[in-house]
Amino acid sequence: MKISLPEKLVTYLVLTFFAAFALVPLLGVVITAVTPSSTSGGFQIPRSIDLGNFVEAWNRGHFASYLLSSITVVVAVVVITTVLSVLAGFAFARLRFFGSNIIFFVILAGLLLPAEAFIIPLYYNLRSAHITDSYWALILPQVAQSLAFGIFWMRNQFMTFPNEVIEAARLDGASDLRTLWQIIVPPSAPSIMTMCLLISMWTWNEFLIPLVMVTRDDLRTAPLGLAFFQGQHATDYALLAAAGIIIAAPIVILYFFLQKRFISGMLGGISSR
Amino acid sequence: MTVTARVRSSELRQTGTVTKNRARRRRIDAWKAFLYVVPALAFSLTFLIVPTFQTAWYSFYNWNGLSAATWAGVQNYVNIVQDEKLRDSFLHVGVLVVFYSFIPIVIALLLTMVISRAHALRGMSFYRTVLFLPQVIASVVVATTWLSIYSPNGLLNTALRGVGLDSLTKVWLGDFSTALVSVGFVGTWLNVGLCLVLFLSGVGNVQPELFEAARLDGASSLQEFFGITLPALRGQITVALTLTVVSSLKTFDLVYITTRGGPGDATTVPAYEAYNRAFNSGQVGSAASVAVVLTIGILIITALIGRLQPKETE
Repeated sequence: MKISLPEKLVTYLVLTFFAAFALVPLLGVVITAVTPSSTSGGFQIPRSIDLGNFVEAWNRGHFASYLLSSITVVVAVVVITTVLSVLAGFAFARLRFFGSNIIFFVILAGLLLPAEAFIIPLYYNLRSAHITDSYWALILPQVAQSLAFGIFWMRNQFMTFPNEVIEAARLDGASDLRTLWQIIVPPSAPSIMTMCLLISMWTWNEFLIPLVMVTRDDLRTAPLGLAFFQGQHATDYALLAAAGIIIAAPIVILYFFLQKRFISGMLGGISSR
Repeated sequence: MTVTARVRSSELRQTGTVTKNRARRRRIDAWKAFLYVVPALAFSLTFLIVPTFQTAWYSFYNWNGLSAATWAGVQNYVNIVQDEKLRDSFLHVGVLVVFYSFIPIVIALLLTMVISRAHALRGMSFYRTVLFLPQVIASVVVATTWLSIYSPNGLLNTALRGVGLDSLTKVWLGDFSTALVSVGFVGTWLNVGLCLVLFLSGVGNVQPELFEAARLDGASSLQEFFGITLPALRGQITVALTLTVVSSLKTFDLVYITTRGGPGDATTVPAYEAYNRAFNSGQVGSAASVAVVLTIGILIITALIGRLQPKETE
């Protein structure tokens, strides 16, 4: 297919304009973050680059603790969700059992329900169980939310798996569980990877659940820490910008390396709902 | 299902015997299959489904979160209509839908008309990455970013002064007339790239021969757009609508960080009201009723948009 030169130029022009639209606010943050704190009365192009804001934000904002807390929650949510999603996704795709449609629908409801639908009683339930203000209150609800997506994702993946291979394994006398772990999971690794990436991102960025569930400073996750930090340093935009970059960086770096997985996962996972 | 049945019967023919043992084993298999989904089901019921029904239950009570609750009947729901603050919160969402959903989709469609073949260009992968970037940044970071941009000496006012438009500078998030629009514009920023990436990939799936044929027949670019591009994008438009409308209805983080519903109640939204009433002002019943209405609204809108989806999409 040939594209004429004028069409090409217009296309690049439009794309560049909107790419700039996406980037300018983010570049603004980066510039603000490296503007020396003493001079930051407002937005300006700094004469010198100063990384002191990062150090100061890191120290004053307890971000080492917030990041550690975030990492703990993300790892736990991803591991539990992945194991349970692979098991349940396999059952929904490959096994026949009574009530499978109803159960699938119930679990899928988690994709549609906004957090507002359940967060209020959930808080009081977990408080009665004495697990608010603990990692459990951060991890368990987010596992439940992630499972809806994870099971849906794995079921779709496993339904496309060639039937002959599975039947062959069965004829050889392999149990369902062995078939799953040894025959089906290894070639599905890329799709499991994508699922883990997306769940990591959503868990890392989650704000409402940590906001409601914990008050202890050492349990605060990174976004909650930033909100808290913002409350204290409301107008110190240089510090805020540096703190924001610290929090966004892990996911953005992952995204730059694995953008195809992110984009196809986020769009594909939802469009095939 | 039929495929498994067929394979099973061929399997039976191979072994040649149908024994009772096999039937029993299958029944045991069914129980085992159950075990695969039980942990997930337990999570879902405990943390999502049961609490959702409890929310509905709470909404019929007056409760401050501490002392005994008293029956309120439908009063909390009546208040959503009568209480100006609550009513406004739902109206504000209407404004946000325009900024989060309508404007990005229209802009992206217009652009797709102009640059329908961008997907074939070199460097598209770079543009796609950049356009999609706002989607992966934590909403709290997005919110603090725009807080700084809208601040009195922030990027926006500095830029306006730079081009001599000093008269237009404002405290964007503090001004009654601009606060809600300023919050909404963040949604436009978030979603334009998403819609554009989605639509360009959709046009990329159209067979190029279709466009070639249309051009040979002398179709104008407008005819080409309405005849080929738009019908081909129906699935993508549905996805874009679902994603953007639902995200606007759920707006919470952005409002919590940037305005806390202010100035006055100019930017308050249902999700913020539900949170604030439940956890700050001790109106748990009222909060629950807002949450119920919001949830039902989201479910209905998702279902309605879903009906637009063409059946044959993957």
